[in-house]
Amino acid sequence: MGGSTVADALRCLIGSDADVVQARQMGRELASQLGFSPGDQTVIAAAISEIARNILMYAKRGEVQFTKISDGTRPGLIVVAEDRGPGISDVPRALQDGYSTSGGLGLGLPGARRLMDDFEVVSAVGEGTRVTMKKWKRVNG
Amino acid sequence: MEVPILKQGHYLIASIQSALSDADLSQLREKLIERVGKFRARGVIVDVTALDVMDSFAVRTLRDIAHMARLRGSETVIVGIQPEVAFAMVQLGLTLKGVATALDLEEGLEFLNQQGQGHGRLDRG
Amino acid sequence: MSKVKDAPPPPPPDPQTGHESTQALLRELVAHLRQNRTQLREEWARRITRAQLLTAMTEEEIFAEATSVYDNYVEALETGTFEALQAYARNLSERIIPRGVETHEVVGIVLLLRDVLARSLFAKYHEDFTKLNRILDAYEPAANRIANTVAVGFVQERERIIRQQQEAIRELSTPVLQVRERLLILPIIGVIDPQRARQLTEQLLRAIRTNRAKVVVIDITGVAAMDSNVANHLVQTVEASRLLGATVIVTGLSPEIAQTLVTIGVDLSEMATVGDLQGGIEEAERLLGYKVIPFTEATQQA
Repeated sequence: MGGSTVADALRCLIGSDADVVQARQMGRELASQLGFSPGDQTVIAAAISEIARNILMYAKRGEVQFTKISDGTRPGLIVVAEDRGPGISDVPRALQDGYSTSGGLGLGLPGARRLMDDFEVVSAVGEGTRVTMKKWKRVNG
Repeated sequence: MEVPILKQGHYLIASIQSALSDADLSQLREKLIERVGKFRARGVIVDVTALDVMDSFAVRTLRDIAHMARLRGSETVIVGIQPEVAFAMVQLGLTLKGVATALDLEEGLEFLNQQGQGHGRLDRG
Repeated sequence: MSKVKDAPPPPPPDPQTGHESTQALLRELVAHLRQNRTQLREEWARRITRAQLLTAMTEEEIFAEATSVYDNYVEALETGTFEALQAYARNLSERIIPRGVETHEVVGIVLLLRDVLARSLFAKYHEDFTKLNRILDAYEPAANRIANTVAVGFVQERERIIRQQQEAIRELSTPVLQVRERLLILPIIGVIDPQRARQLTEQLLRAIRTNRAKVVVIDITGVAAMDSNVANHLVQTVEASRLLGATVIVTGLSPEIAQTLVTIGVDLSEMATVGDLQGGIEEAERLLGYKVIPFTEATQQA
């Protein structure tokens, strides 16, 4: 298991506990290289941790891919987490989120979605799941 | 990654040195609970200064530790949460409600001392 | 324009159209621009001064920059790619913006260069009207694209610098005050947008750590209205502060804001609030100064 470079994307295979740590550290490192604020680096790392952990828990194995992007004025990071696991039957429900801050154990998908600029979940039962998250470097730091 | 656990008087202090995987966190929880019982500790301090990310699993584990320690008559304080980590946690909706927190080891010890003496204390939510 | 040395013989005509291709024309053009570099550059620099552009810079500086702009311009024409030019434009902008150079000046000088070069083409090919037309057809789109690239690069850089400066000003004007040991006050005034809210929180959390604050009084008397986003942010700030071991007292809560908080699901009984700032500070001092109180009374607190 480990990271490799393919074209513009960096990849991290998820198959064990340690891989979740590696994936989030990779995400943090890339965010740091792109100039994201320390706060946003932490947020990105936490979101990756949640999503990668989901892969491990439900699909046993999968992959997280990172791509650096730019829209001309600012850099950004795309994180794609993919697996061929059981899939999510009710995606909207899984993404449901309230603003209540008395959140219980942690909100996983909804929490991660709230923090990313773009967030998309594509899933089919029996086929797998792909979560795509995008975050732009913040204008005002 | 083994987390060193020190005994200081009636307290146990677990100092996390680096990033921990879920398995490491679970192991820490088991060890702490075991030692709380074994040494009849009155307080537990978990120092998370070195953690640069606190996700839902980490938060769940810390709450479990606090809960189980309390069942064994011990109060738990989490110390050293970094400003960026705290900010990310609240944005993700992760709270340590019901678990005492303090700025650092020194503050954590003071908190436990005040607790132990039955004094009133600042509300820790 | 004085007579110039002849350019290398033009490439053979395209068998299909019977004319040189656009590529060939551009190559010829680039060769001409390179050969006449010195005088065209000087002409351009003279016209810049005459048009009273780049007045913030000395003549030597203008000439130095003019040289590299010229070379980059010609290279963009030659390669047909603009990434290098864009990078150069940002670089140049980074240098000259602090000197007070403005957008219209940069656009102005690039257009001047375009014109200077166009005129030299007129001079060279004025006897061959057809050829002149075709060369201009090849040159114009490229020249316009160059002007656009440079202008956009400059504007982007300018915006980036302005944002950076605004950020720096905000950092300097941090309103977190330490009034007593272990006690911080954060008075919030006016309209708070999400970005400002986030920045205030980050500043507060860092200040809590630096000052080892145990109590923070956040005063929102001066906040007129708060939407649910910012209200949520306030709650997050309170919670994040607690994670750093600090207790937060919110003062100056208007009925409207209290309503907003309730609407987003905040349990106000869990948030320590006091009517006004003075009262909040007194409460904070009480919390801090307190040594021994009977345990039963403590459980009735907050």
